[in-house]
Amino acid sequence: MAMDRDEIFAKVKEVLVDALGVDDDEVTPTATLRGDLGAESIDFLDIAFRLEKAFGIKIPRGEMFPEDLFTNAAYVQNGRITPQGMQEMKKRMPHLDFTELEKNPDVNNVQFTVDTVVNYIATKVG
Amino acid sequence: MRWIWIDKIIELVSGQSAVTIKNVSLAEEHLHDLYPAFPVVPHSLIVEGFAQTAGILVCEARQFAEKVVLAKISHATFHQLVRPGDCIEFRATIDQLSEHGASTSGQVVLRHPAGEQLIAQISMMFSHIDRNMAGLSFPEHNFVFTEQFEQLLRTYQRDDEIKI
Repeated sequence: MAMDRDEIFAKVKEVLVDALGVDDDEVTPTATLRGDLGAESIDFLDIAFRLEKAFGIKIPRGEMFPEDLFTNAAYVQNGRITPQGMQEMKKRMPHLDFTELEKNPDVNNVQFTVDTVVNYIATKVG
Repeated sequence: MRWIWIDKIIELVSGQSAVTIKNVSLAEEHLHDLYPAFPVVPHSLIVEGFAQTAGILVCEARQFAEKVVLAKISHATFHQLVRPGDCIEFRATIDQLSEHGASTSGQVVLRHPAGEQLIAQISMMFSHIDRNMAGLSFPEHNFVFTEQFEQLLRTYQRDDEIKI
């Protein structure tokens, strides 16, 4: 059965609170996983595992957080995302908000937020 | 695995679960370090025993092809102390396994003639470090589960008790 965005957000929040040990009120739509919620690399695997369980879905590795994009020299050069990289990212990460990134393609502007996760889950169960 | 804290593997269902035991002896030096005149196993070593049990389970699930390291203790609750003379059992289950790592959970229980008692509930994550997100490179040989460990593992095996 399709879920609405509020239902998805509520479940994602629960997952992030459990996985990252943060408080409920810290998990806002714009909170970044690394910067605001303190996620480290292993936490991304933990989050993916927990989302699979919570939503009864399968998350292929690299689909939600395709980290390989950022280590590919054709896509990132001197800390900036190349036009080819931007094109690839848009193709593979339609759940990411590109507003800031298009103004300044600094790789540090790629921010996985709670909304990014909700957008991704919505493509699976929305 | 640099050192072995558990004494024996008593059950291993490939890719699913493992049970090991540890007999606590008063002769172990660490028992005397935490509280003078009150020997007790530190919680950190109870976590270590569970990590070794679950780590073997996760590594065996991929035929020891991956370098498996403890990456995160997601949860650990302790219900009672472990004292000299106790025999404790670590029961670990793989909850999820992927090419990049695994999540595990389980219990630590005290074996006692009057019935087992719950010591701790633990869940933890393991990373297959050659495939992790950090993109770092590690030595080619498997420094986690060495040949020495595999020899030791074989000594645990008794046909009538355990199949690995």
